[in-house]
Amino acid sequence: METTFEKNSFKSEEYFINMGPQHPATHGVLRLLLTIDGEIIKNVEPDLGYIHRSIEKMCERDSYQQIVHLTDRMDYLSAHINNEAVCLAVENALGLEVPERVKVIRTIIAELTRLASHQLWWGVMGMDVGALTTYFYGFRDREMINDIFEETCGARLTMNYNIPGGLMFDIHPNFVQRTKDFVAHFKTKLPEYDTLLTGNVIFQKRTKGVGILTKEDAISFGTSGPVARASGYSCDVRKLHPYSAYDRVNFNEALFTEGDTFARYRVRIQEMWESLAIIEQLIDNIPEGDYKTATNAVIKLPKGEFYQKVETARGELGVFIVSDGKKNPYRLKFRSPGFSNLSALKKMAVGSKLGDLVAMMATLDIVVPDIDR
Amino acid sequence: MNIPLSITKNIHDWLFEVMSAPVATVVEKVLIAVAFLGFFALAGLLLVYMERRIAAFFQLRLGPNRVGPQGIFQTIADALKLVSKELTGTVKADQFLYKLAPYFLIVASLMALSVLPFSKELHAFDINIGVFFLIAISSIGVIGILIGGWSSNNKYALIGAMRSGLQTVSYELSVGLSILTIVVLAGSLQISEIIEAQRNGWFIIQGHIPAVIAFMIFMIAGTAETNRAPFDLVEAESELGAGFHTEYSGMNFAYFFLAEFINMFIIAAIGTILFFGGYLSPFGITESIPLLGVFWFMIKVLGLVFLMMWFRWTFPRLRVDQLLTLEWKYLLPINLFNIVLMAIIVWLGLTINF
Repeated sequence: METTFEKNSFKSEEYFINMGPQHPATHGVLRLLLTIDGEIIKNVEPDLGYIHRSIEKMCERDSYQQIVHLTDRMDYLSAHINNEAVCLAVENALGLEVPERVKVIRTIIAELTRLASHQLWWGVMGMDVGALTTYFYGFRDREMINDIFEETCGARLTMNYNIPGGLMFDIHPNFVQRTKDFVAHFKTKLPEYDTLLTGNVIFQKRTKGVGILTKEDAISFGTSGPVARASGYSCDVRKLHPYSAYDRVNFNEALFTEGDTFARYRVRIQEMWESLAIIEQLIDNIPEGDYKTATNAVIKLPKGEFYQKVETARGELGVFIVSDGKKNPYRLKFRSPGFSNLSALKKMAVGSKLGDLVAMMATLDIVVPDIDR
Repeated sequence: MNIPLSITKNIHDWLFEVMSAPVATVVEKVLIAVAFLGFFALAGLLLVYMERRIAAFFQLRLGPNRVGPQGIFQTIADALKLVSKELTGTVKADQFLYKLAPYFLIVASLMALSVLPFSKELHAFDINIGVFFLIAISSIGVIGILIGGWSSNNKYALIGAMRSGLQTVSYELSVGLSILTIVVLAGSLQISEIIEAQRNGWFIIQGHIPAVIAFMIFMIAGTAETNRAPFDLVEAESELGAGFHTEYSGMNFAYFFLAEFINMFIIAAIGTILFFGGYLSPFGITESIPLLGVFWFMIKVLGLVFLMMWFRWTFPRLRVDQLLTLEWKYLLPINLFNIVLMAIIVWLGLTINF
């Protein structure tokens, strides 16, 4: 009798699985089309479009003051920095010089926003690798920043504090003191983050040597922000093309060369320290002066093309305005950091395990409305 | 004064007075089963409440504190909600297996519960192979998880079930071997004898180094057996949604949920029996009142349960290959060596006795 026992009878079969749009690890409505063999990932295809709101098209309809408010709804964790990008682009196009006070306040609030974003990311990162407690520690400290924002501009998340030409209104009298309190508080709490998660053996085993992105790949995929800097690609817009008050502060660009999940984690922890340093340098020297320069009620940009890039918590956000001289842009394009960063996911993930994919997505720090405008 | 003994003895005598012996035996067994079912539900609800409260305090929150004093009725309200919920399911599920699966877990947990000694007298089922019975029964639960994951016709549930299979099969070895280490020390498989042998020193002290190693391995492997963090790959919510019970709702889900907590209780109870003297009081301070055995037993068990909750709310989750590496490359060899060490210590009489 011939044996039916063949080598092929143990051949494993690849299968297809839908991760999202409703899935706890995709942080929103991202859909990943996964092909997996047991636990090993063979292919990842991100599928976008579940939260597309045609923000760029809406911008063509709106005036420049209105566009600022739309940018809040892209990367909502860097709302202030997004606002700043559009405002800077418009101000540069108009050749408008904003007061020193505005520049310093914008920088301080941008760094507070970055801190809040990284705190939330840290909590969610822990949750994605299974340590649920981190979430609440991250949110405890983030709450203080949100309170400062609430007092100064009335909103906690989508702040709309910037307008072309300056700020919506002046800072609250308590702002300086509360920010100082926060910096002092967070300096004692940031080491706690390391104690709880960074130093954990399981966490390090889960993240070291996983999801490696080489420097060449990081550049060719157009990644920016912490993702690129973890691969050793120096791309901090604040350093290379300083805007607002970044040219007068001392800080180090967080750079690591490993390019793995753990390096991306450490870049963000390092960035939190740098943000604290920036705030400390500026908070005592907020210049006196006006909080905005007067602009026309209807802003009309001169004919031409204008580009401005800023460093959000996720990377390089570019605003490209094509103006035909009217009160609304002819075309407006956002170069969002999340989109380019997500494109590198396939390169990182193929060949690793399902659990690692979740950790990788956490260190990409995806905010889906930013990827999918 | 032996209150539990006298109560159970009175009921026993009364039953045999009013009925014929065969009927009375059946009625008595049914009563015991009902008592265990009640304990199962109550202990499950208590443990869920405890977990939520403890998790809250780990996480800078307050936890449930609105329903009843300190929120103790919260879990009862939740249970009532689950009872009243519709049992939804997938159309393409294998209906028979899909509905059968939760009962496997419950039956396994209840059977394991039945051999636990709550005090010297409150011991329903003291067989001479008690520990062996516990190991054997605890393996049945995984069949429920596998069937549930398979029959749900959901890929996430299937991945969860398969993870559960490999995890439980692997870690059962470590649980069994660490229990065996203590059996070497006790010289018996009968639970009451194991506990009585600890009258002159709990086994974690009697067996010193190998017993401490065995205890640590037992706690790691026991946490893995109950599918709790950091070994909760089975229901890793950031990866698989809800894992093997993704498609279950209402009471069917609640069975899985309760069984997990009861399994945790059972693992903690085995740990108490083997390492911390079961219902014996520390240094024999209350041995004159046997009823307090229940108190000491519960204190010790809840202490170990707290330890497992502490693990859960502190550690990140392992990856599936690291899970297997930990078991097969570290715990198993250490365990085998540890048994030999324990045998040598017992053979040379190097145990510590008071």
